[in-house]
Amino acid sequence: MKEDRSEMAAKDVELDPRSAAISEPLSSSSSSPAAFNAVVSAGNKSRSCKSSLPVTQPPCPGHVLENVLENVLQFLTCRRDRNAVSLVCRSWYRVEAQTRFEVFIGNCYSLSPSRLTRRFKGVRSLLLKGKPRFADFNLMPPDWGAQFAPWVAATAMAYPWLEKVNLKRMFVTDDDLALLAESFPGFKELILRCCEGFGTSGIALFANKCRQLKVLDLIESEVTDDEVDWISCFPEGETHLESLSFECVESPINFKALEGLVLRSPFLKKLRTSRFVSLEELHRLMVQASQLTSLGTGSFSPNDVPQGEQEPDYASAFRASKSIVCLSGFRELTPEYLPAISPVCANLTSLNLSYANISPDILKPIIRNCHNIRVFWALDSICDEGLQAVAATCKELRELRVFPSDPLEDSESPVSALGLQAISEGCRKLESILYFCQRMTNGAVIAMSENCPQLTVFRLCIMGRYRPDHVTGKPMDDGFGAIVKNCKKLTRLAVSGLLTDEAFSIIGEHGKLIRTLSVAFAGDSDMALRYILEGCPKLQKLEIRDCPFGDVGLRSGMHRYHNMRFVWMSYCRLTRGGCRDIAHALPSVVAEVFGSDVDDDDDNADYVETLYMYRSLDGARKDAPKFVTIL
Amino acid sequence: MDEFANLKETELRLGLPGTDNVSEERERVSSCNKRASPSDTENEIESSTRKTETSPPRKAQIVGWPPVRSYRKNIIETKKNESDHEGQGIYVKVSMDGAPYLRKIDLSCYQRYSELLKALEMMFKFSVGEYFEREGYKGSDFVPTYEDKDGDWMLIGDVPWEMFVCTCKRLRIMKGSEAKGLGCVV
Repeated sequence: MKEDRSEMAAKDVELDPRSAAISEPLSSSSSSPAAFNAVVSAGNKSRSCKSSLPVTQPPCPGHVLENVLENVLQFLTCRRDRNAVSLVCRSWYRVEAQTRFEVFIGNCYSLSPSRLTRRFKGVRSLLLKGKPRFADFNLMPPDWGAQFAPWVAATAMAYPWLEKVNLKRMFVTDDDLALLAESFPGFKELILRCCEGFGTSGIALFANKCRQLKVLDLIESEVTDDEVDWISCFPEGETHLESLSFECVESPINFKALEGLVLRSPFLKKLRTSRFVSLEELHRLMVQASQLTSLGTGSFSPNDVPQGEQEPDYASAFRASKSIVCLSGFRELTPEYLPAISPVCANLTSLNLSYANISPDILKPIIRNCHNIRVFWALDSICDEGLQAVAATCKELRELRVFPSDPLEDSESPVSALGLQAISEGCRKLESILYFCQRMTNGAVIAMSENCPQLTVFRLCIMGRYRPDHVTGKPMDDGFGAIVKNCKKLTRLAVSGLLTDEAFSIIGEHGKLIRTLSVAFAGDSDMALRYILEGCPKLQKLEIRDCPFGDVGLRSGMHRYHNMRFVWMSYCRLTRGGCRDIAHALPSVVAEVFGSDVDDDDDNADYVETLYMYRSLDGARKDAPKFVTIL
Repeated sequence: MDEFANLKETELRLGLPGTDNVSEERERVSSCNKRASPSDTENEIESSTRKTETSPPRKAQIVGWPPVRSYRKNIIETKKNESDHEGQGIYVKVSMDGAPYLRKIDLSCYQRYSELLKALEMMFKFSVGEYFEREGYKGSDFVPTYEDKDGDWMLIGDVPWEMFVCTCKRLRIMKGSEAKGLGCVV
């Protein structure tokens, strides 16, 4: 299961500026530290490694202070704190750069790899994000970019001690994986989320070369089946593996090799198998690895019909796995076997059933034991009734995701306002919700805003476009308005249904902490966009599709685009000229326009199908494909 | 005349899809004529039905909506054992005069003109008026047309459905006076 948001566990260290060597503040140039900090931030996990940079000169006061600062800054992990530190003065900037081991880059095109390596000399962990989220929904043609290659090349030269790479929506080739494996002898963790471009042969090579590997997590990525038995390519002998996740690899697996690997991985805590692992095979794995804390159960369906011979005692295997707190998989679930997980239900903090089309009757006996669940993902096949059961038991629920089993605009949705209302009443500690339905009422949304004040993420997708409140016939303005007014911690919002400009006025005014906003098929006019851009002071990521917003609306955000990670607008009313004006007025912003059809030669060339706009320290990228025009 | 006997299937009415009494059996079309050109083109067109006759017609699906990752959609589709993947559809571009950008529509989702027009109306939020065999569309400023393989612009509904699906290259919803001329060609 994805863990998108890590906890901010910054250890605050009191820094007294007066004792630092104060030199004149850094002059602002095109690569001002503030701008750099905005695009590059420290990671969140603490890293207590000593700096390995030797001091060769005789210590002078400046250097002594720098050493002290170095040792102090090691404890500073919060990325925003680090950014602030680096702005104090030249000396602090330098020391911070030396002690920053984890780098977070939210948009791979916001800076060049060489800029990264010039500033930070000791990076051990890199988190890179590539394509914007709407690319997941076929709104971006393939081969748009976000290649990992230039990054692996640059870091291979600059950071021999790189240990961790975490990529999201990047294009990674087998060659990249090979280079990664060859360049970093101490490499420990590779996490690829929503990536593509590589295959099992790349994984095989990587697994074989990285002898110190602790984590190999392939999450929702597209992995080409090169018909390579990659599991067999892990080196012989005891491994350091702590986490192995390959749920998304759509090719058969050599089970014997997998079993052997698990047997010689005493530190393995997280194992997430693909659907090619049957229930019998899962049983065997569980018996060998009862220390697992997180288990991806594969198909959860038996290979063979049990023929008189006693079938394995699956419940007993779960009973023996006392440490399991996270369950996922169930890719081809045979519902009769689901009760086997009952022994671990009371300990579960995370349960992902979102690939299992189960009815309320299948869910209820299971969920009624899951008192400690904090994260629950499911298909809407569990119906409002299933959600009511969740609400009745899961008092500790923090994150809920309900996905559509029939993701079409006009399908029948078995979940509704009733389910949402029930959850709001039962799960008061809810912080994050993603809910797909066909129709909704303001009443249920308002109820959630009042019952769940801890909400930081509210994403409601009413699949029927432009649908009003189906009871009152009114727009959904009141509901979403209540969310932004009552949920004071809200940082992420996705709206849907029939919404007027008024809704956006409220969002702009009250959405004080909103960083990510997703809007589709909503609003009446440019005013809505204006309300957003003139409000929402913390807005970083704005993704819009199919709204009647044009150049005037876009222009109203000119004052802030340099301070945002990106703006995406597709199927709106933008013209090429309008976008070009913005691009020319804002040199630190790159404006890309393209259409979803690669060989589009239509007459409506003046209108822009998609605008993807982002700040960049190094100007336009050099690897844009033909169908992308950079204004 | 024979050439008009087959056009009953393509007769447009204001009723909802599925309310007409015409048999849903697909016919072998033995000869089809284009309204615009008098010369006959003998075509044997076998039309294939992707779905069973009893399942309701699918409406036009907007690309990328609802916002479910293709990864997840594919998993669900694999389980449903659906044989229709996006790649097998007959995708044509649709433009509408006055609308800023194109859409794409999958012709294989529809069995007859009324379904297609309904889908277009919903997608672009307009109404198409009533179709008359000789006079074209009346009652609306919008006229649905299409470009065929020969590059000719035709009125939607002029030829039998199966022939239309095979020869249509792209659609255009015309507006105003430009449309009138097209509608009146005999």
